[in-house]
Amino acid sequence: MNFVRLSLVVAAKDLRSELRTKEALNASLSFALVILLLFSFAFDPSSEQIAEFSGGLLWITFAFAGALILNRSFSRELANDCLDVLVASPVSGAALFFGKALANYALLVAVEIVCLPVFGVFYGVRWTRQFWWLMLVILLASWVMTVMGTMFSALTVNLRLRELMLPTLIYPMLIPALMAAMQLTTLILAGSPVAGDDLIWLRLLTGLAIIFTSLALGLVEIVLVR
Amino acid sequence: MAAVAVDGVWKYFGDFPAIREVSLTADSGECLALLGRNGAGKTTLLRILAGLSAASRGGIRLFGQDARSVQARLRTGYLGHGIGVYEELSARENLELFAKLYQLQNPGKLAGEWLERTGLDRAAGSLVREFSRGMRQRLAVARAFLHEPGILLLDEPFTALDDRAIQLLEGLLQAARERGAAVVMSTHQLREALELATRVSLLVRGRVAYSGPRTAEMLADPGWLYRHYGEAT
Repeated sequence: MNFVRLSLVVAAKDLRSELRTKEALNASLSFALVILLLFSFAFDPSSEQIAEFSGGLLWITFAFAGALILNRSFSRELANDCLDVLVASPVSGAALFFGKALANYALLVAVEIVCLPVFGVFYGVRWTRQFWWLMLVILLASWVMTVMGTMFSALTVNLRLRELMLPTLIYPMLIPALMAAMQLTTLILAGSPVAGDDLIWLRLLTGLAIIFTSLALGLVEIVLVR
Repeated sequence: MAAVAVDGVWKYFGDFPAIREVSLTADSGECLALLGRNGAGKTTLLRILAGLSAASRGGIRLFGQDARSVQARLRTGYLGHGIGVYEELSARENLELFAKLYQLQNPGKLAGEWLERTGLDRAAGSLVREFSRGMRQRLAVARAFLHEPGILLLDEPFTALDDRAIQLLEGLLQAARERGAAVVMSTHQLREALELATRVSLLVRGRVAYSGPRTAEMLADPGWLYRHYGEAT
């Protein structure tokens, strides 16, 4: 119970700080909207092909925008050496990590939800047809992205080029999760049922979420105390 | 049982040993001043004590517990080079946050008491980014003492403090020692440190060159220790 309570305290602190400054939120949201706008010039929204790569487009946008939120996660603690004070406090590395991941997840999902109607308008895609399936995929894949990103945000926090290092490190590791999310999203946006062999992608996402979360919770203490 | 027990600690950064087989202790109610020139290893040792860095070899026990254990950290207060408070939160929110992290009862009431004690009660709802330097320092001191720690780890505590914050810190340190807290502080400000210290450890290039009680000679002549045990040894 202590773990959950302390994680929620850390998450509330991060969300409160972010909602006051809106640094990551504004940057991420505006970046996502600009990418969606630019891609809409590159592709003809009325073409048949749009259905085939809509999932890919959406997840590339989410991955780029997500990196801006995730980058700030631990770097916001550098001002006034707040990270030292947090690590020295009786909060376990796992609770600290989980709290930060929860805050990042809330911000990332919020940006994604705002992007969905914009995506629908720009690309002429009916994204509400299988809304709950789409939400399930977004929630699962975003959690995988959040866990990986938060972990690597902790790992790269003391690097000068952390803004560059984080995406460079996490994108290759996110390939399986992004592939699964893109496949499922394309299916869902095309109105096809998620069934049969396609369920393997959902299982893959669930598996990755469990594996990455367990690894991150187990290893974060080593990352924070060097 | 010593409040702080450091036993044969080494710390390497790559191949470079920043701390070399350091052993020292501080009992409850004692104030141990870690002295030494820049690069002597004082901050590295304090960071290991605070659980921010792991020793490469050797052991650290705080009240008999591992320095990274929750029990040890619940009883430890750390004031490092940075003030360790959030600019985008108010003074009250900062103190409430740390009261919750230290699992204290009634965080709101406690935050209010400490804001009053540090003279920040009128600015309780203001964001820290609007604070003057002196106000931030007093808030940082309140943050470190909030949970009445049994061990206080202070890294250059008097550097850059204004008069009011120095007065506050000295008063709180005195009160902490009277209730039995052990204080370990690193400093360059010899006179202030020696006035507060009951024990002194001089670090030279990562090694303990002198460790023992603070003597009248040291107090009368703060340079005495460096002349007898400093770089020449």
